[in-house]
Amino acid sequence: MASNKKYWKSVEELDQNSSIVKTLQENEFVESIPTDEFLGDKETLEGSSTTRRDFLKYVGFTTAAASLAACEGPVIKSIPYVVAPDEIVPGVANYYATAIADGFDFANVLVKTREGRPIKIERNDLSASGGVNARVHASVLSLYDNNRLKAPMVGKETATWEAFDKAASEKMLAMKGKDVVLLTQTFASPSTSKLINEFTTAYPNVRHVSYDTVSSSGTLDAFQEKFGTRAMPDYDFGKAHVIVSVGADFLGDWQGGGYDAGYAQGRIPKNGKMSKHIQFEANMTLSGANADNRIPVIPSDQKKVLDALTGGSTSGLAPNVAKAVNMAKALMLQAGTKAVLVTGLQDQGSQRRVLDANAASVVMDTAKPRMTRSANNAEVTKVMNDVINGSVKGLITVGVDPVYSFPNTDFKAAYEKLEMSLAFAMKNDATASLAQLVAATPHYLESWGDVQMKKGSYSLIQPTIRPIYKTRQFQETLLAWTNNETSYLDYIKDTWSSVLGGTSWNKALEAGVFTSATAIDVAPVVSDAMLESNTSNGALSSAIDDMELVLYTKTAMGDGQQANNPWLQEMPDPITRTSWDNYVTVSAADAKDLGLENHHVANGGLNGSVVNVKMGAVTVANVPVLIQPGQAAGSVGLALGYGKKDAVQKEMQTGVNAYRLDSLSTDTLRVSLEKVAGAEHEFACVQLQNTMMGRDIIRETTLEVFNTTKKNHEGGYDWNPMPMVSKDHQEIPVTDPDADLWTSFDRSVGHHFNLSIDLNACTGCGACVIACHSENNVPVVGKSEIRRSRDMHWLRIDRYYSSEESFDADKDKKEGFNGLFGENGSLGGFGELEDPAANPQVAFQPVMCQHCNHAPCESVCPVAATSHGRQGQNQMAYNRCVGTRYCANNCPYKVRRFNWFLYNENDEFDYHMNNDMGRMVLNPDVNVRSRGVMEKCSMCIQKTQLSILEAKRDGRPVKDAEFQTACSAACDKGAMVFGDINDHDSEVFESKKDKRMYHLLEAVGTKPNVFYKTKVRNSTKA
Amino acid sequence: MQKVNFKNISSRVSLFLVTAMLTFSIPTFAQAEAAAVTEAAAPAEGAGDAVAGKALFNANCAACHKLDKKATGPLLRGVADKYDRDWLYLWIKDSQALVKSGDATAIALFEANNKSVMTSFPALTNGDIDNILAYTSEPLPPKPERKGGDGETVEGGVSNNVILGALAFIFLLLITMLFLVTGTLKKIAAHNGVEYPTKEAKKPLYKAILENQFLLLVGAVFLLLTAAYFMYGFFMQVGVDQGYAPVQPIHYSHRIHAGDNEIDCNYCHSSARKSKHSGIPSLNVCMNCHKNIAGVSDDVLAEGINEYGVDYNKEIEKLYDAVGWDVETQAYTGETKPVKWVRIHNLPDFAYFNHSQHVTVAGVACQTCHGPVEEMEIMEQFSPLTMGWCINCHRETNVDLKGNEYYEKIHEELSKKYGVEQLTAAHMGGLECGKCHY
Repeated sequence: MASNKKYWKSVEELDQNSSIVKTLQENEFVESIPTDEFLGDKETLEGSSTTRRDFLKYVGFTTAAASLAACEGPVIKSIPYVVAPDEIVPGVANYYATAIADGFDFANVLVKTREGRPIKIERNDLSASGGVNARVHASVLSLYDNNRLKAPMVGKETATWEAFDKAASEKMLAMKGKDVVLLTQTFASPSTSKLINEFTTAYPNVRHVSYDTVSSSGTLDAFQEKFGTRAMPDYDFGKAHVIVSVGADFLGDWQGGGYDAGYAQGRIPKNGKMSKHIQFEANMTLSGANADNRIPVIPSDQKKVLDALTGGSTSGLAPNVAKAVNMAKALMLQAGTKAVLVTGLQDQGSQRRVLDANAASVVMDTAKPRMTRSANNAEVTKVMNDVINGSVKGLITVGVDPVYSFPNTDFKAAYEKLEMSLAFAMKNDATASLAQLVAATPHYLESWGDVQMKKGSYSLIQPTIRPIYKTRQFQETLLAWTNNETSYLDYIKDTWSSVLGGTSWNKALEAGVFTSATAIDVAPVVSDAMLESNTSNGALSSAIDDMELVLYTKTAMGDGQQANNPWLQEMPDPITRTSWDNYVTVSAADAKDLGLENHHVANGGLNGSVVNVKMGAVTVANVPVLIQPGQAAGSVGLALGYGKKDAVQKEMQTGVNAYRLDSLSTDTLRVSLEKVAGAEHEFACVQLQNTMMGRDIIRETTLEVFNTTKKNHEGGYDWNPMPMVSKDHQEIPVTDPDADLWTSFDRSVGHHFNLSIDLNACTGCGACVIACHSENNVPVVGKSEIRRSRDMHWLRIDRYYSSEESFDADKDKKEGFNGLFGENGSLGGFGELEDPAANPQVAFQPVMCQHCNHAPCESVCPVAATSHGRQGQNQMAYNRCVGTRYCANNCPYKVRRFNWFLYNENDEFDYHMNNDMGRMVLNPDVNVRSRGVMEKCSMCIQKTQLSILEAKRDGRPVKDAEFQTACSAACDKGAMVFGDINDHDSEVFESKKDKRMYHLLEAVGTKPNVFYKTKVRNSTKA
Repeated sequence: MQKVNFKNISSRVSLFLVTAMLTFSIPTFAQAEAAAVTEAAAPAEGAGDAVAGKALFNANCAACHKLDKKATGPLLRGVADKYDRDWLYLWIKDSQALVKSGDATAIALFEANNKSVMTSFPALTNGDIDNILAYTSEPLPPKPERKGGDGETVEGGVSNNVILGALAFIFLLLITMLFLVTGTLKKIAAHNGVEYPTKEAKKPLYKAILENQFLLLVGAVFLLLTAAYFMYGFFMQVGVDQGYAPVQPIHYSHRIHAGDNEIDCNYCHSSARKSKHSGIPSLNVCMNCHKNIAGVSDDVLAEGINEYGVDYNKEIEKLYDAVGWDVETQAYTGETKPVKWVRIHNLPDFAYFNHSQHVTVAGVACQTCHGPVEEMEIMEQFSPLTMGWCINCHRETNVDLKGNEYYEKIHEELSKKYGVEQLTAAHMGGLECGKCHY
């Protein structure tokens, strides 16, 4: 039945006389559409003869033409040299030995150059001292930093060197008789010291003060007091049986760093013995994470601990600390000369105590001390105050950025008012941007130089590339000012003539290092008159409820010189696993008291509260809070080197400037935290699961168990069990061929590569991460992508905390679960296991593609883009990959990385791959991956293939040491050993037979070609 | 009708004109050539045997001297008239002795030539020297190019084209005329009422096919398959630049260098032995020889011009310009202009290829992949450089293991495993993705 209902479209229709209804009957719209307005003015439209059809024709033809043109390859030009240098063969890498000495990092390195461009830093095996850390590896990218100074500046305008020299000499003349300070980094360079002496003799009104932004002033003072020279004792922790550290992060950057290689040697159990390491500290550091016993102690109590260790009493210490101190004391006594005590307490008194306590120790070397720090904080403080009060009229800075790094913010205004301000700088940093004269200095890879890192251990710095910009070395300028006609190179040769003895200059240059009995004093002389009696800036507060602050340097950022280096910004901190930030680390207990929290948000990111850090009148505002397991309650940590704004790209202006918090003081620092209500910080943290929850990911045992356990009936050890599977109700090991679905490929012929990772030797330093970055053209993705867990690191170093006292206790707890609910219920229990303990055990595990012989990724790839090579490498053909990501989903180790975007030549990712300078660092032998492609560790197949090719060319078998991956070559601790297990003389073959050997997630049956060695801690079972 | 006739007339006129032009132009050429031959055949004058002198000159002097051009030493044509004959004997036998003796002429000459010492020839007798001088005293032979001028040679080339064009034009005209004539004839026939025998209307073939469903289907399938075949062929050649022979900034003839002069490929492309790149030689490598070779011989020059349209001497001048070599002073000026060669073999970035692996280790001849380079006047891409092409070779090529200790053990074990005498590159793992893609 038809309905009689009438429907109205609008109320207007009710009105029969409405004009709108009438119009709508005739037209589509009530009002005429303003097409003319939309199309532009009528005259031009009419003047144009293009009709709609013509337009469509044009569109059609252009599309067709464009697609036809796409079929034609581009014309590529090749421009050879006019006169080719003898040493350059296109396609063949050259290596040069040189050294970095930027005032913070001192290390002997090899530089790999291709077609004349440095592309990678490697360790110099001829050098005994280590220190080639992540920052040193990354320093090659800083060479190609787009924000470097490209020419000298006069009066904030770019100038020529002639104009600069003229202006500078006029200025120096005008300053005659007035107090001028030459504030430099530590050079530790015999030639530079000599040159500076000549300079200050020629200009008596100039006095030289050296300034270490992260200083070891107390150590130097104590050493000078005891031994007469301004230097730091050297330690070889490999010789130690007992190491007791009171707040010294000697595996980090403590006293110049580079002690980790020696330490790692002593940590590998040999003949049932390894060193014992007890750490008293406030922040959770790399050293604490590696220690056998770690006792959280706030800095003021650390003094008491040190006192107790060196003969004082344990009164006033918490019972657990006192117990640990007594244990440490007993152990040290037992170890005798094989014991060593180190401290990170900055004051001269504490350092002196340590020097005295170690007097008999074989670990400490005072005969050949380190020269890599030289500053006296009291002297530097006086310079700072003298500039502020106007008694210093001129300041020449070299390689330091005091406007950024001096604690007193009044310094900036005073600096601008100086009669003379001259900055020798690589970048237009906070100081250089205010200076009247700026001398652009070259990167160390473009410079000549010499260093005496240890007394009698010399290194040469040689340029590996012509200066890219119009830069001139500081030393060349000094030579010009002292009217010395010789070049700096000749000047160095002259200095070295006394050092070299019978060795030729070229030999020394080739090796890069040279040991001589002749020592040259490089440390500047500090006169007592020039010391400030009170190094504090007066901001010290003594309120009881305040927190004690420990300023530290992050593995990635160091003192902040390379803040504009995207590799380092993106490198996750080994402890917090957080990148692109600095933050206040707070203990869980304090966080609870102050109402501070960390929580995960829906997109998987970590968010945290924000606080203002106050120290007297100084406030560092809006500092994010990261709750750090193991942080001593009552203390907070904050990393230096962040918060740089000048000459730093916007994306990399991260964090806050912690130098403002009285960084020159050698006393205990106190701050108060004030929560910023409503504010929340977004972290870029790559690891959100902090515990292993009693699982078998990192295997750990104690030395006692390791030494005493006998083989079980399966021929293994209970502490390193082989996972068993059930077949026909019989338990068989997972490696049994019967437990295998697949027929195995016979790999006994040719090379079969394996990588061994010794968890005892790995300190988590992260040098391998950056080495991998630079070898394999791994892209930088930026903070927001990292936050989305889209990090591209092919090699990551997982860090796990224990939830109970130790990992063993975690396992016991998990195994003790009974039913879902109740005290031992798994439902609540697993939740508890997710939370790290207040003072957890920590373990590191480098994880890269495990190159499984039965790789789960390979069987799910629909296009066979990933396949297995007979040499054991799981290969990835990028050009074949269509980006289904099945492989990543099927990988039990989560080591595959997907290119969500085009990371090169894309303005959205404005890092080094987006500019011509930054792209110079790319390794030409490795593909730069495009968007939509899966990538992962290739086991450096380009390196193994090259080694094989070289052997074939020479017609000889490959030598064991030739096979290296970027990570194994970067590891100076021997934690990573790479090689051919079909070569039965190889180190890796020996390593695979070790009883500590296990495969990651062995139960899955993937048969990886990467294996780990169980971590053994020198402690009794808790 | 009128229009048609008029068109015919105009075309006939133009045909006549063209034919006339051609008829007159041919004898002009013949005359010019005849003149050149006569002049070149004119007998040489002077004492001594010029023919023996030429042999001596080429053996002893030609390395540094040219007859008509300054090289390392000054040009020598007419040198006998410039200096006293006895002085010349002394100079040629031992120039330095003459300079040391304080002879003014000798010193002046020595200084004028950048004090470069001339080799002494004590073995030459005065008679030999007379012969050489007789050769150098021969008058300058008139060169055909010089006389006729470059313009005419080029014009000759053009006139060939004109002839061809004219012929084509004539044929076209003839065809048009034929059509016009038949058209006119038909019209005349129609006008005169001539009847054509009409054919019986048959069913057209296409209709017959259209009605046959089976044929239609087969035909359609066939057509589609053919189309697919050609489409596939077209798409598979996209990006394959086999035969790519771009014009280079300097015309470099591999035919002359590698073919006629038999210079080893590795002399210039030396890095092929030790690097992944074969390397484009830097210009200083060219100058190793071209310091002394400023020009090519006359017949090579003529060959270049006639067959390839290239003046080789001008190309050598381009090299001098790029490397900054001043022929007059025989010295480098320091002003260089690097040459932007057009790259011919372009492997994509994702494919890793190493020359030294193939050249040094495998001992593959350059020609295997690059083709008969020694015959190529203009270098071109000989091989397709596709993955299939690489893989095929790896499957078929036996690995040369002799005298290479690296292979000894691997070969023994692998050949046992695969049960073969000779291993191919594929047996060694040469087909694995990761060997070339990383």
